[in-house]
Amino acid sequence: MQFGIFTVSDITADPTTGRTPSEAERIQAVVAIAKKAEEVGLDVFALGEHHNPPFFSSSPTTTLAYIAAQTSTLQLSTATTLITTNDPVKIAEDYAMLQHLAGGRVDLTLGRGNTGPVYPWFGKDIRDGIPLAVENYALLRRLWDTEVVDWKGKYRTPLQGFTSTPRPLDGVPPFVWHGSIRSPQIAEQAAFYGDGYFANHIFWPAEHTRRMVEFYRGRFAHHGHGDADQAIVGLGGQVFMRKNSQDAVREFRPYFDDAPVYGHGPSLEEFSRETPLTVGSPQQVIERTLGFRDYVGDYQRQLFLVDHAGLPLKTVLEQLDILGEEVVPVLRREFAALKPAHVPDAPTHASLVDARRAGEQAPAEVSAR
Amino acid sequence: MSTRTLAVVTAGLSTPSSTRLLADRLTAATVDALRRRGDDATVEVVDLREHARALADHLVTGFPSGGLRAALDTVTGADGVIAVTPVFSASYSGLFKTFFDVLDPDALSGRPVLMGATAGTARHSLVLEHAMRPLFAYLRAVVVPTAVFAASEDWADGDGGSLVPRVERAAGELADLVAGRPTSARPADPFADFVPFDQLLGDQA
Repeated sequence: MQFGIFTVSDITADPTTGRTPSEAERIQAVVAIAKKAEEVGLDVFALGEHHNPPFFSSSPTTTLAYIAAQTSTLQLSTATTLITTNDPVKIAEDYAMLQHLAGGRVDLTLGRGNTGPVYPWFGKDIRDGIPLAVENYALLRRLWDTEVVDWKGKYRTPLQGFTSTPRPLDGVPPFVWHGSIRSPQIAEQAAFYGDGYFANHIFWPAEHTRRMVEFYRGRFAHHGHGDADQAIVGLGGQVFMRKNSQDAVREFRPYFDDAPVYGHGPSLEEFSRETPLTVGSPQQVIERTLGFRDYVGDYQRQLFLVDHAGLPLKTVLEQLDILGEEVVPVLRREFAALKPAHVPDAPTHASLVDARRAGEQAPAEVSAR
Repeated sequence: MSTRTLAVVTAGLSTPSSTRLLADRLTAATVDALRRRGDDATVEVVDLREHARALADHLVTGFPSGGLRAALDTVTGADGVIAVTPVFSASYSGLFKTFFDVLDPDALSGRPVLMGATAGTARHSLVLEHAMRPLFAYLRAVVVPTAVFAASEDWADGDGGSLVPRVERAAGELADLVAGRPTSARPADPFADFVPFDQLLGDQA
């Protein structure tokens, strides 16, 4: 099982000091956080994409390539890549390029984006969110899977004799996850292609995540990619830890109360009860996280949000130390002991290359898709 | 003979509340009217005061917490809805509106609704027609023609004055609509609402 962190790249004032970091500071901080993730033994770093303040990450492949150059094992991913407003041709090119530079340590999570004005800024209509995700992804797959593409659709100019370069590394495109908080149609998309499904698992109650994952697993089996328990599931999560749980609550509360997304609503205690947010000791985080398996089954990837809402870099790095030293080693061991052998790990470049070779040796099994 | 579910949404804030009082009158009259048409009724009251904080939280977080989920499901799954609000600043109260803001926009589509409102004087009575009816029109509810307004003076009228016949008429109209339609499907399964991908892709596949 893979463990890691994801960031939305918000530039938020620290509510305890009133100080807002500059873009330059925050960008360097995120690079430092990614490098630290590898250093403490985490597997994945995923970066969001936004096109409006207070976020800086408009160009995730640039940032991820820079991080790739300074790391050696870290899997680089996104949270999420906008499949609606980006040109799928540019996604095919950018992520194949990143894949080459990073030696295959790349996958991506596609999302529709929920910031209304981004659609018109990029010449799109938010009411077409789902049809855009459907058409753009179908084209993205074609561009990666087929050398020379003739294509005509509704949302971009047609292509005749187009080849997206560079070609995917070793002929194997990056693995794709599809992220959606509330749309079964996106879970259906993930299931149809046999791709991964990533549940945000931060803002909404566990029951909702349970139903989305159950739906995705059922459809994954329906589309013939394996049994329901072999579908590829990733979860988000949000934690803040100190040795003593009261200290964690005391320190995190001002950040929670002022948080851009859910602040000024429910109390920290209510939100912790209603959603997977866990603020407490490392042991509490371990127990809560192991409990996720009870409602989503054996899953492949767990990413934590640790650097938002104005938390200072020093604090975030301390959180990563705790994750790496005390939490993830236990989770790794416990989850591995529970996972049956027929449940796959999250695909990596190496595993996809192996699968491709195996497919070439048994051509009858190669999917027509 | 079938058993119908009536959801009663009341936004009164004081105790006792004249809004709740009007809601109870409308409910009792509707249950009687349904019985005369051969149907039983189960009544589920959603008193919005109890959900005031959860409604504010829902605006911020995007999901219903605690008992609010059940309250929303109650209204979504009802055969008929009785909705009553006090008049605040020339319209329904903010609490009342918030509940319908967080309710799924399709939840009341085609659903029979009876509206009521209360205020200190009868000068506010057109709030029912100018504010409340458009709200339910937007939600594509089927609102009965008679909406019932109760001013303070209506509660002091010895023989019920004009309030009693208005309540009776409105209840009869709601009972006609509820008794005349198939029993409500319970809250629709959001996970049934998708197009299988092979179908969606068409010739792109």
